[in-house]
Amino acid sequence: MKSSIHMTRRRFVLGSLSAGAGLSLGVLPALELSAGHHGGDVLDEVNAWVTIGSDDSVTIRIARSEMGQGTLTGLAQLVAEELECDWEKVTWSFPTPGDNLKRKRIWGSFSTGGSQGVRSSQQYVREGGAAARMMLVAEAADQWGVPAASCRVEKGVIYHDPTKRSLRYGEVAAVASRQAVPTEVALKDPADWTIAGQPLKRLDTLEKLDGSLIYGADIQLPEMLVASIVDCPVMGGSLKGFDDTKALKMPGVKAVVPVKTQTGTDGVAVVGTSWWHANEALKQLNIEWDLGPNAQMNDASITALLESGLDASEAFNGNWEGDVESALSDAVTRVEAIYKVPAQNHAPMEPMNATARYTSERCEVWCPTQNGEAALAAASEASGLPIEQCEVYKTILGGGFGRRGAADYVHQVVAIAMQFPGTPIKLQWSREEDQMHGFYHPTTMAKMRGSLDEAGNLTGLHMRISGQSIIAGLMPQRLVNGADFVTFQGVVKGGLNPGMDDHQMCYSIPNLKVDHAMRNPAVRPGFWRGVNVNQNAIYLECFMDELAHKAGRDPLEFRLALLKDKPKAAAVLQAVADKGAWGTEDGLGRGLAVLYAFGSYVAACAEVTVTDGELKMHRIVAATDCGTAVNPQQIAAQVEGSFVYGLSAALLSQITFDSGVVQEKNFDRYPSMRIKDMPKVETIVMPSGGVYGGVGEPTIAVAAPAVLNAIFAATGQRVRTLPVARQLASA
Amino acid sequence: MAKLNLNVNGVTKAVDVDPSMPLLWVLRETLGMTGTKYSCGIAQCGACTVHLDGQPIRSCVLPVSAVSESTKITTIEGLSEDLSHPVQKAWAQLDVPQCGYCQPGMMMAAAGLLNNKPNATDADIDREVTNICRCGTFQRVREGIHLAQDIMKSTKA
Ligand code: FES
Ligand code: FES
Repeated sequence: MKSSIHMTRRRFVLGSLSAGAGLSLGVLPALELSAGHHGGDVLDEVNAWVTIGSDDSVTIRIARSEMGQGTLTGLAQLVAEELECDWEKVTWSFPTPGDNLKRKRIWGSFSTGGSQGVRSSQQYVREGGAAARMMLVAEAADQWGVPAASCRVEKGVIYHDPTKRSLRYGEVAAVASRQAVPTEVALKDPADWTIAGQPLKRLDTLEKLDGSLIYGADIQLPEMLVASIVDCPVMGGSLKGFDDTKALKMPGVKAVVPVKTQTGTDGVAVVGTSWWHANEALKQLNIEWDLGPNAQMNDASITALLESGLDASEAFNGNWEGDVESALSDAVTRVEAIYKVPAQNHAPMEPMNATARYTSERCEVWCPTQNGEAALAAASEASGLPIEQCEVYKTILGGGFGRRGAADYVHQVVAIAMQFPGTPIKLQWSREEDQMHGFYHPTTMAKMRGSLDEAGNLTGLHMRISGQSIIAGLMPQRLVNGADFVTFQGVVKGGLNPGMDDHQMCYSIPNLKVDHAMRNPAVRPGFWRGVNVNQNAIYLECFMDELAHKAGRDPLEFRLALLKDKPKAAAVLQAVADKGAWGTEDGLGRGLAVLYAFGSYVAACAEVTVTDGELKMHRIVAATDCGTAVNPQQIAAQVEGSFVYGLSAALLSQITFDSGVVQEKNFDRYPSMRIKDMPKVETIVMPSGGVYGGVGEPTIAVAAPAVLNAIFAATGQRVRTLPVARQLASA
Repeated sequence: MAKLNLNVNGVTKAVDVDPSMPLLWVLRETLGMTGTKYSCGIAQCGACTVHLDGQPIRSCVLPVSAVSESTKITTIEGLSEDLSHPVQKAWAQLDVPQCGYCQPGMMMAAAGLLNNKPNATDADIDREVTNICRCGTFQRVREGIHLAQDIMKSTKA
């Protein structure tokens, strides 16, 4: 059966954009369909991944979310490579989660996290592209009455050389879907790639340059009302009452509504025609809260909880070799240090938002989400409508970093929209709401103990992690006999847990123990770019530096000796040391770090100076071996960007609690790096072939320990409690 | 409510709004021009940067009543008609944006700097482009500003 999807090529921008629309490539195909906009060209679907217009324009469907990480472009490159189309004619669209459901998950998972966007779908998207090419060629061959094997393709043109005939993809696309779907497809050797593997420009740049890209926050629908919300400031508390007298008198305010959801949120929203007034009106409500059981929580109580795990006898094992306690008692030199990493918020520049329209028959949601299918499930759960009667239209995200895998804001907006049947409601969180109701990077501490022999060799290492588990907080069904193996990212034993082999400890240490005393404060944890490699790399790599110095050995040489069994780890480390002028005496403090995570080997060499307590990062050289590189310039962008994100956390920001309430409510108290803080980042992409390693997350882990070790080299000061903030001594 | 005339991207727009409403929200909601972004609302991040008579300001904290009828407001939508502003050209050439949400403000800050200092140095950039970008595009933003300077010079010559 032939399926064809009609839509305009120039994706229409809905709403009253009065300027810039002339240039717009727009965003939301589904949105315009739902709003009844059709017309323009008829694009014919060759298969689920590829649609080609009569003018040869190729639309590649992208199931994963785009939040700046470049996955949209990378996946399109992989499809286009196998399709052998003209890259200049490629555009993209997001299929909807509802369509995916109807078509039996033909596009696979929509979830976009864990640096999995390309890794876990590369095989089937390449097969999709190759299958589409084979069907287009088969159609042309049929029309010519020649065997398909005698045809070839170049840039979207099919040639039959013996008879000197050719047909463009656009000439056969309309009927190619009648060809049998190939059951076996051969994929190209990456060595022969001409589109994938190349440093191509992103497909989504131009519409980001004139304000025409419609983010979730920018959605405008006919008759739409906007809402701002406050949820109970203490997690687990509830709404007792409010007085809406003043609020209802404010311009444009239509209603004040309590909003309680199945995700545990309990708050109140103001709905009106102007978001600013709705948000101002929230401040006039004199809300009464029942703050619930967590109203006593503060930083001291969280720290005490974490400290109780540092020497606890019970802990989950994540890695072990030999007998670490004997090694420590036999040691010529013992080294011990305690580190602490605080909670962090994701704080993407676009605060959480979603738009919903509810009727008794249908619930539609427009939102920036890292997981379209989870957002669809949330729409169904919140509205009580069967999932078939719900739909989600994804936008490009104004940053995600892990935060937008959750669907709490979808539950909220649907709960509000149900009180206004037929009227679209856009819920926009304030920055304050975004800071106070995050899924925070877990807070942990580590007690590190190491033993050295006379020659300064590392004979034993015990890494005790104490603190929060994301899995216990968000998906307890994935705990294994109570243990959270994700806690051990970057330091785990190979073969211990099937899902964790992409995160194995690189060092070979004769006597080793890595264990986790789980201590969960009443803070909602979340997956934050890099997840647990951020703190684990700091603990391990800063302590390695401490051990090397205690042993009187060069930190590079000390590490390389322990990496004998992991040549790829040694190679990235050596590469950054070489390019980073390791060992040069030029007044700069240098620090190193290396890690294996998300299937990639990564390393960094940082150069810093500290003057009167002020840190200046001059340069960071980074190397990544991600196996196969789909777009080297986007990999460099991810390295540069992830360093800003990771270093903002390590150097500047933290989430603290007083009486259960987050204290850092906006960027004034939750600082983030600015251009003046930015070191020069030089990225070495050194793919050794084979696997597809992650890109968006692994390198973030090595920036912080490299800089902390460089600070020590420059000043002799070890900072073990993060963020660094104002801790650097002025000489 | 107050009836005001605003000169936005060269066009006079009549609005009837609460005079205490920040310019950002008049642009985004009253005029439906959503290129200018909300992110912090307290003048910290620069996502809402627009130009008043060529000078970058943070529109989330500026009451609309403070903008006179003769003041020329330029938003990202009006930076050029066809992506031809040197900053837009440089940004496209270097693929600067990641998620892109901060970029309207970032580009208006960069264009404002170049209005004032066509030969801006790295120190000028550090001092005057203070926008937050959580995706961390700063390295390319800096290169982009220098490239835009080169583009400005070569088009003048
Ligand atoms: S939104 Fe205006 S400075 Fe952040
Ligand atoms: S590009 Fe995403 S915040 Fe700057």
